[in-house]
Amino acid sequence: MSGRTPDADSERKLVEIRNQAQREGKIQSQGMRISGAPFPLASPETGYYGIPLLKEPSWTWEIPLYFFAGGASASAAIIGAVANYTGADRKLVRDARWIAAAGSVISPPLLIADLGRPERFINMLRVFKPQSPMSVGSWTLMGFSGGAAATAFADFIQQKYGPSLPMRILENAGQLASLAFGLPFSNYTGVLLGATTIPTWNEHAGELPVHFGMSGLSAAVGLLELMGNDKSRALQALGLGAAAFECYEGWRIESQQTLANRPLKYGTSGGIVRAGGLLSGPVPLALRTLSILTGSRKLRRAAAASAVAGSLLTRVGWIAAGHASARDWRVPLEIPEKT
Amino acid sequence: MPTTAFLTDSTLCIGCKACEVACKEWNGVAEDGLNWTGHSYDNTSMLGHSTWRHVKFVEHAPEPGHGGNDPELPSWSFSSDVCKHCENAGCLEACPTGALVRTEFGGVYLQPDVCNGCGYCVVSCPFGVVQRNPDDGRAFKCTFCYDRQKVGLKPACATACPTESIKFGEIESLRVTAEMRMEELQQRGMKDATFYDASNTSVGHTHAMFIVRGDPKSYNLPPNPQTPAVHMKKAWKASAMGAAMLLGGALLAFLADRGRGDS
Repeated sequence: MSGRTPDADSERKLVEIRNQAQREGKIQSQGMRISGAPFPLASPETGYYGIPLLKEPSWTWEIPLYFFAGGASASAAIIGAVANYTGADRKLVRDARWIAAAGSVISPPLLIADLGRPERFINMLRVFKPQSPMSVGSWTLMGFSGGAAATAFADFIQQKYGPSLPMRILENAGQLASLAFGLPFSNYTGVLLGATTIPTWNEHAGELPVHFGMSGLSAAVGLLELMGNDKSRALQALGLGAAAFECYEGWRIESQQTLANRPLKYGTSGGIVRAGGLLSGPVPLALRTLSILTGSRKLRRAAAASAVAGSLLTRVGWIAAGHASARDWRVPLEIPEKT
Repeated sequence: MPTTAFLTDSTLCIGCKACEVACKEWNGVAEDGLNWTGHSYDNTSMLGHSTWRHVKFVEHAPEPGHGGNDPELPSWSFSSDVCKHCENAGCLEACPTGALVRTEFGGVYLQPDVCNGCGYCVVSCPFGVVQRNPDDGRAFKCTFCYDRQKVGLKPACATACPTESIKFGEIESLRVTAEMRMEELQQRGMKDATFYDASNTSVGHTHAMFIVRGDPKSYNLPPNPQTPAVHMKKAWKASAMGAAMLLGGALLAFLADRGRGDS
């Protein structure tokens, strides 16, 4: 049989209760602390029983993946176009176009699959609303996807059947479209998160687009290097630049002490953001520097893989941080953390 | 058409939840679980896709004259919450399909036949009102009984409210009503009565106004709600900068590399 073993304290307490009952007719003692206490209160210090004021995002796993694929493919399209215009290595141009085309094929299904009513995706295109980043993004995605797919298609046909004028026109028009739409597409997702009521996201509205753009660049460079373009000095320079920026961004996030910033540092979401930051910033920066010093292609490929993984984790982490932020009722109620 | 509004006067609310029931009854909103929360007598907790009116129960230490005069029973305030129908509505601006529209009565109406469930309105509402229904896929919120207003009737909640705690009418005259009521409450010694309509914030003002006792924070009413539009300029500026960095960086890297022959 389990239970409590009586001791001097417990017996003294019982006698005390008995005496008080005899003396006063009722018990003033507070008694046991009930499991779960203290109970949530509705007050200016605790909000409404600590129930979240804001709603968590309803997005599912497709969205961070869409952010990743879109960011990497947009940057790849820009790299491909610039490499082509500057007369760089053909393989690099072609690989960049393939990454862009792959992204253009993967991104729309991801975005559509996340909709509550996927069959109504087309409703996105019944209006254009500049004041809605979701609307701007949908149109940008359409333009980018068409352009990137057309470029890769025309390139492929010409590679197989020889040059032809209509295909060259398609290739150039597609390239121009993927460049023009690719620039906003590379980082509009930062605006999409920044211009919301989720405190963690909107607190960083002025830097998220650059952060996401650089994250996409580092992923695109990494993918290109992993596809065998690991001797290009231009890509190495871009990779170094992106990693350096991600180091700076990580430092910015870490040095900010606000309540709204906490989900980026603590808890599960903070862990993912920090891991993503390390793999996007310091790790590839160090590996790239070492690879330049030693001439090691292995180290460079390790940096590339780290950057790709870091970019994906960064997107997953920021979405997770949005969930944690929406649950924190203290920020919208302007209640400082319990001291 | 007149611009209409709600004035929810919690000093008259008896916590009967007739508004919650009437709303579900008229709008055909599904039952959403009968759960005990332990938060006073509020087992609904928050507004959402299946809750368009929600009575809040703010319970605190005994205070004679505040929800009863018994010195040993907790004091209570009740307040029926609803979509605020913001003047500058974040959800409405965020909606990429145009499903969310401003009606001729000034309310914010979500057209269920247009919504494709992208969920962007959910993260654009400063009051946490609109929510996606996981079973249906679309987002839902209070319609301000647009259908009833169109035929000249009051919204279902205001019609069912037995104490006229939920007042409905033309917005300007309701503001006057609120002002007079606030004065009356002050004169009666109810010094903690507070008027809430989020004016002086980027939301503009709300078409659902409230009179509550004490700090609106106790009712999860944010002191400084912001429409996402206030972050838009900064974010697009950063987007332009990011794009410039990307294009400039790529040009620089490849042009510099070109001059140096094969790598």
